[in-house]
Amino acid sequence: MSIIRRSLTSLLIALACLMSVPAMAQEDPGRELLVNLAEAPSSRVEEAINAIVDSGDERARGWLEAYGNNRLSRVKDTGQVVLVLNNRGRDWEIADPLTGENLGEMSRRKLDRVAINNAIRGKLEGIMAMLDLNAADPDVREASAADMMGKVDAALVAPLQARLEKEESAAVRDRIEAALAIYRVEQGDIEAVEVLAGSLHPRARAALNNAAASDSPQLVEAANKALASIEQKLKLNKAAETLYFGLSMGSVLVLAAIGLAITFGVMGVINMAHGELIMLGAYTTWGVQQLLPGQPGLALLLSIPAGFLVAAIAGIIIERSVIQHLKGRPLETLLATFGISLILQQLVRTVISPQNRTVVTPEWMSGSLVINDALSLTLNRLYVMAFALIVFAALMMIMRKTRLGLDVRAVTQNRAMARSMGIKATKVDILTFALGSGVAGLAGVALSQLTNVGPNLGQNYIIDSFMVVVFGGVGNLWGTLIAGLSLGTINQLLEPWAGAVLAKIIVLVFIILFIQKRPKGLFPQKGRAAEN
Amino acid sequence: MWLTRPLQERSTQLFLGILIAALAVVTVLHLAMPEDSALHVSAYTVTLLGKYLCYALLAVAVDLVWGYLGILSLGHGAFFALGGYAMGMYLMRQIGDRGTYGDPILPDFMVFLNWDSLPWYWHGFDMAWFAFAMVLLVPGALAFVFGYLAFRSRVTGVYLSIITQALTFALMLAFFRNEMGFGGNNGLTDFRDILGFNLRTDATRLGLFIATGIALAIGYVICRGIVTSKLGRVSIACRDAEARTRFLGYRVERVQLFVFVVSAMLAGVAGALYVPQVGIINPSEFSPLFSIEVVVWVALGGRATLYGAVIGALLVNYAKTVFTGVMPDAWLFALGGLFVLVTVFLPKGIAGLLQKRRKAPDNDRSNPREATA
Repeated sequence: MSIIRRSLTSLLIALACLMSVPAMAQEDPGRELLVNLAEAPSSRVEEAINAIVDSGDERARGWLEAYGNNRLSRVKDTGQVVLVLNNRGRDWEIADPLTGENLGEMSRRKLDRVAINNAIRGKLEGIMAMLDLNAADPDVREASAADMMGKVDAALVAPLQARLEKEESAAVRDRIEAALAIYRVEQGDIEAVEVLAGSLHPRARAALNNAAASDSPQLVEAANKALASIEQKLKLNKAAETLYFGLSMGSVLVLAAIGLAITFGVMGVINMAHGELIMLGAYTTWGVQQLLPGQPGLALLLSIPAGFLVAAIAGIIIERSVIQHLKGRPLETLLATFGISLILQQLVRTVISPQNRTVVTPEWMSGSLVINDALSLTLNRLYVMAFALIVFAALMMIMRKTRLGLDVRAVTQNRAMARSMGIKATKVDILTFALGSGVAGLAGVALSQLTNVGPNLGQNYIIDSFMVVVFGGVGNLWGTLIAGLSLGTINQLLEPWAGAVLAKIIVLVFIILFIQKRPKGLFPQKGRAAEN
Repeated sequence: MWLTRPLQERSTQLFLGILIAALAVVTVLHLAMPEDSALHVSAYTVTLLGKYLCYALLAVAVDLVWGYLGILSLGHGAFFALGGYAMGMYLMRQIGDRGTYGDPILPDFMVFLNWDSLPWYWHGFDMAWFAFAMVLLVPGALAFVFGYLAFRSRVTGVYLSIITQALTFALMLAFFRNEMGFGGNNGLTDFRDILGFNLRTDATRLGLFIATGIALAIGYVICRGIVTSKLGRVSIACRDAEARTRFLGYRVERVQLFVFVVSAMLAGVAGALYVPQVGIINPSEFSPLFSIEVVVWVALGGRATLYGAVIGALLVNYAKTVFTGVMPDAWLFALGGLFVLVTVFLPKGIAGLLQKRRKAPDNDRSNPREATA
């Protein structure tokens, strides 16, 4: 009987438990965890935090971060724990930490901050890093593991090792192994040096450097060996980086010069206002962004055609008003277009501002492509490089495959003959000049992503552009491409030991000497085109 | 003798007469007129006029190569500035221990940069004769090396113009560097005296003005002498038909080199006289804009006339003084417009207008052909 009664009781309890499960599910366990944290006396805080961590709740990291930032408060009346989104002014904007729902504003007098002391704050960092190590996103895990390098202490070794066994992503495993190895090297473990030998991370190097200064001769030897291999790899990466910067600078030069290669190289018109057409393109980008605030990406895409058009129209005006009257007088053309460049610069200064304007870089263009710890490529430069190549290819196609290109080549080779074949030479002049100017505008759009947009933007590029065109060989688009890329690379190669200014001077002197040796440039024109 | 021949020409006599008369009038008005008189020429104006005359000498130098040799130099500002720096170095050494830091040998900026000794190329500049020789030799040597390389490989026309521009641009970048030992972007300034005369007295300023006027007169006569000599005829032939001249057996590159070096030296003298009058020399004198501005003075005055260069330099710089005083923003518009208008509507410049009015044939060819052939 007693057995029955006892069983009945246990059954009832079990039933009661079963009944209460749905009720518990509605009552979010997070609420209790947070209340516990808020109510815990300082000796129990750590326990409360561990409870939050052990709950495996996805929201745990956000809560702890808010806690660490003093953004966790309790409403005095209800005892509810809330997230403070904005704690400026008298009324604070708060949100429900469980649902993320915005609860509007509440007077700060009605709120009670959940207290935290510095000892806990220090530990919180490591705890959050461990939380991140358990995150679902492998990128988060990798970043967190990288952050752990050099920060591992005895307490973290065991959880890290446990994590390592579970980890699937190779990149994260490498990071955790490196983080553990740094700890072991610090403890004097020679075998761990081997692990670090492949790492390019500065903290791995720092650990090895410390090891190389230690007392144990074997450890010193191993560390030095590892350091030497790292040094080698770093040099390689450094070279790759220099090459990248060189090509990037080169592609900027190509962009700036390629329009000139059309107007100067193909048409033979010296346009000293070319730099200012670049500047117009850059200002167009700025203008389109002003028209479309908040959408820098769309604005940038739109300013590609817009920059082309603005510069092309400016080019047509210059051609019609001045250059056509100076046909066959190149030195006068040089002077007149220089005058135009002064007018355009001053126009921008007067109408817009003498100060530099900031052009926003859209999100998908900022940031960088991380190859390894020592090498990351900035995305905007990568985009500009691609853009330069596309513009170059498009120009090549226009000159080679279209009717306009055919006409241009005919008119430049033999104007009288071309005209007698029915080609309207004047129209071809206008179109060619518009094309060259428009490409300058495109260069401006690209440059706006790399440098300051100001009235002097064009001035800085005009001499370089002429150098590139002349160096590559006038009238030769391929020459311009090669010349631009190689001059950019040479400049970057010289920079580390000569400094930026001296490198530029050396390159200028080199070109001056080169032109005297080969006045027609790298790739002189041959055949009929060379006769003029 | 080639130098005395120009003195028998009417145009040169006229030019020298006007120049000397102008110098005399300014001197008399400055010294004799009481300060409150409307006719009094202040020391400020004297220095300003002296500055214009330096520019005029530079313009004559540019006209010599552009007008008579067909070389459009966009880098003559470099020679001007080098002459100026040579003079500036002399003036710096003359400061002695009167500088802010009181170092008897090192100029202030070197003390400031913690240099402990004078760089080798600063030695000798405490002697006037050496510095004045350098005023001629440094620009001359640069022009010689540059010209030798360029003319030997027959770089002409637009290419030459662009590399002269690159030359002055490179020098500007170089002189902006503190490590060069020329005071970086502050340049050389705070001068005290020249040849023992205090630079801040009116008498020294008047003296410098007169010296500049005399230098312009001598420079003009030298240029005139060159262009009327046989060498000058060959140089005009080079300008008009380089290949033909070469086929006739003339060593075109030697003629070009000689004229180019003379022109660079004249520019150096102009720069050297400019520095004590404005009291500063800094790398902005190397800027490509300045060099190309000089060309437009010549174009406005009239190319290949020499006196046109003087007229152009004086007019444009007077306009610049007026404009930058009244409405500084408009000056670049005006200058830019001048470039366009002169080249499109006034290819022979003001001298061309004068000649047309007089309808008198000039000694030179009135219609220089382009030098691009």
